[in-house]
Amino acid sequence: MLSLSAVTVTFDGVPAVRDASLELPDGSVLAVLGPSGSGKSTLLRAIAGLEPTATGTVCWDGRDLTRVPTHRRGFALMFQDGQLFNHLTVARNVGYPLRLRRARGIDGRVGELLELVGLTGYADRLPATLSGGERQRVALARSLAASPRLLLLDEPLSALDTGLRERLAGDLRDILHQAGTTALMVTHDHDEAYSVADRLAVMRAGRVVQQGEIAEVWAAPADPETALFLGYAGVLRGRAAARVLAAGGLPAAPAVAVRRSALSADPEGALAGEVVSARATPDQVRLLVDVDDVGLVDAVARSDRHPGPGERVRLAVDPARLAAIPEAMVSESSLD
Amino acid sequence: MRRPLTLLALAALPLAVLGVFFVLPVAGMLARGFWPEGEFDPGAVVEVLGRPRVHRVLWFTVWTAAVATTVSVLLGLPAAYALHRLAFPLRSVVRAALLVPFVLPTVVVGVAFRQLLGEAGPLGFLGLDGTPVAILAGLVFFNVAVVIRTVGAAWESLDRRPADAAAALGASPAQVFRTVTFPALRPTIVSAASVVFLFCATAFGVVLTLGGTRYSSVETEIYLLTKDLLDLPAAAALSILQLVAVIVLLVIAGRLRTVADPTVGRVTSRPVRPRRSDGPQLAATALLLVLVAAPIVTLVVGSLRVDDAWGLDYYRALQTEGTDEALAVPATTALLNSLRIAVDATWMALLLGLLVAVAVTRRSHSRPEHRIRGALDGAFMLPLGVSAVTLGFGFLITLDQPPLDLRDSALLVPIAQALVALPLVVRALVPVLSGVDDRQRQAAASLGAGPLRAVLTVDLPAIRMPLLAAAGFAFAVSLGEFGATSFLARADRPTLPVVIFRLIGQPGELNYGMALAASVVLAGSTALVILVVERLRVPAMGAW
Repeated sequence: MLSLSAVTVTFDGVPAVRDASLELPDGSVLAVLGPSGSGKSTLLRAIAGLEPTATGTVCWDGRDLTRVPTHRRGFALMFQDGQLFNHLTVARNVGYPLRLRRARGIDGRVGELLELVGLTGYADRLPATLSGGERQRVALARSLAASPRLLLLDEPLSALDTGLRERLAGDLRDILHQAGTTALMVTHDHDEAYSVADRLAVMRAGRVVQQGEIAEVWAAPADPETALFLGYAGVLRGRAAARVLAAGGLPAAPAVAVRRSALSADPEGALAGEVVSARATPDQVRLLVDVDDVGLVDAVARSDRHPGPGERVRLAVDPARLAAIPEAMVSESSLD
Repeated sequence: MRRPLTLLALAALPLAVLGVFFVLPVAGMLARGFWPEGEFDPGAVVEVLGRPRVHRVLWFTVWTAAVATTVSVLLGLPAAYALHRLAFPLRSVVRAALLVPFVLPTVVVGVAFRQLLGEAGPLGFLGLDGTPVAILAGLVFFNVAVVIRTVGAAWESLDRRPADAAAALGASPAQVFRTVTFPALRPTIVSAASVVFLFCATAFGVVLTLGGTRYSSVETEIYLLTKDLLDLPAAAALSILQLVAVIVLLVIAGRLRTVADPTVGRVTSRPVRPRRSDGPQLAATALLLVLVAAPIVTLVVGSLRVDDAWGLDYYRALQTEGTDEALAVPATTALLNSLRIAVDATWMALLLGLLVAVAVTRRSHSRPEHRIRGALDGAFMLPLGVSAVTLGFGFLITLDQPPLDLRDSALLVPIAQALVALPLVVRALVPVLSGVDDRQRQAAASLGAGPLRAVLTVDLPAIRMPLLAAAGFAFAVSLGEFGATSFLARADRPTLPVVIFRLIGQPGELNYGMALAASVVLAGSTALVILVVERLRVPAMGAW
């Protein structure tokens, strides 16, 4: 089990990570989510032992690793661009950590790992001949070959194009669960985090602002900024929040985060408003509606019903796609 | 705190060597100038700097260096383009041929130009022998290679697309060059020019063999004052002046090097087939090839012409001491000395250069650490600028008493030559090592590789070929080194360049013929080494 307590990392006196505390139980996959510059990659590098910590401790099973060098921590780090050794073949890249440990039966193990990542038959290729997705798979196999107690993934999919990213995210989750690896992944993409991880920590401006089971964090973002970062389309406050919460049959709260699909066009809906704009997508029609007593909000309509601008519509509220935000967090975050 | 300590441990050996064999001699020389009678007396230095002859020497040094630099850049730019952006038959041969002059021993270049421009030479009718023009020609011959390599390497890696974009917007080739290509290359050109200026201003062998006592640069003047006139305070004063000027120049050159525009895209472009508009550049390259070949061909022909017939007599005579015992040992013995010394100098330069390169390229974690690395990098460039003559002179006056009585040590000459070659080795290795993505080492570490293993996995494959190339360069430089060696080599253990210089100063046709033959042998050896290096295809080699 990995536990960080009050870790601070500074660059020339400027803190990049402040007082970060995290817990990661064995066998689970934690996604550290944050915008660029939030210090998430620095935190990852500090866990790997590549950045010295100014204060705080990095512990594994209660043992302090702060002064243990990278190569003795037993953690493997997979880089955003793989960092394969270009002069070695795929098999020799994957077998590299095994050779370091003078393991037996290297060929067999390399074969298994290549099969695990779906690259059987690639053993003799050189990295330069692989596509971006294949390179990342090789990098993953190489990291897993080290049999790490903890696998650290630094934006492992962000160098890939969208379609490949979605497919590989699913594969990554399956591979990690199949290998039973404890993993910590850094990403700025909430979809990626959701599809790979089972725990989530959100970082902003060097601090861990929220962490927990991924569904819990999703259902109850700690503050408006976190809600927006998690993919909520907007945050409503005051009267508007009260009106939407009431329409969804939820108790009142000072603010509410609303997903795009929380409001949908429905003749039986509790809210009414005037369509400002409408844009068709393959799945649905995205609306911007000026709702009475609420203001401008995003909403959706089914593709077969296409209300035009100026038309009045009724909107139903799906309470599962709303997240009430408690008062303390709203006022605190507005001080930021 | 631990990291700066590791850094210092890495740099300890090179620093100690630099301290004993560079700082100490140079400081000893400074002391000679400012404390002539054991008391601080800057008057002597001021007096020397006021002499009319010194003013003439200074002016001569500055204007010849400036003119030679300008001509070298103007001749080098078209060739850099043709040899690094265009694809044509024998391109790599021409590239190697134009690199050879840079490592030719200076004495050989001097002898070749005397042979070409002398009264009996093919260009003797021009009456240029013994004029500043001959010296300028020698300097340009030497330094065009630096411009071609440095600018060529930058040009080769210049992203072609901005130029294509400008052309698509209606810019003519000349406008493309003026508005896109030249601005992108300007830092490199300025940097190459400043290095060439430095080389020209501190040139020794060429000026000494072509200028005699009539035309003297600061560098040859130091030599003449020490060896012939025994005016040590004056020599020290000039050395100090040169040291200061060189440091200023080096700092400027360093600044220019670091401000390379990061927005300029770096990719290696494939060379393209020449178009009609590339005609002038190709013609200029051909002309340059002729200019470079002429003195070398004349030298080879001269060494084979004995009494108006072809013959190998001069080469056979290399086994003797020459007429009237011109030499203390046969020239062949000197060649063996040269080779042995070069081997020693090469491993020393490689060992030191490797340590320095590793120390300065590791990623810095804090600002002080970054500064230490910057200072180290600069310190080991100093031997580049401090003239070899100053270094040899400093050795002579400081390393002559216990505990450092090294006058008779067989290692003295190799150490001096290793220091001369050191900046070259460092310059060849630093770009390669700093080009290795630090995350590769981190990837190795995170997979369980210790620091040594990480170096073996990541750095060694990258640096193997450049290291070999640097070894070749250091070897060639050491073979041809004349400035420091002329002070330090003992009469009974001369190197080949020292022997050549001695031979051209002695009367007798056979002695002169032997000088030609020995020059051909020496030039052949260095050229061979460089051609092998060129085969290794290390792009940065010879670029500054």
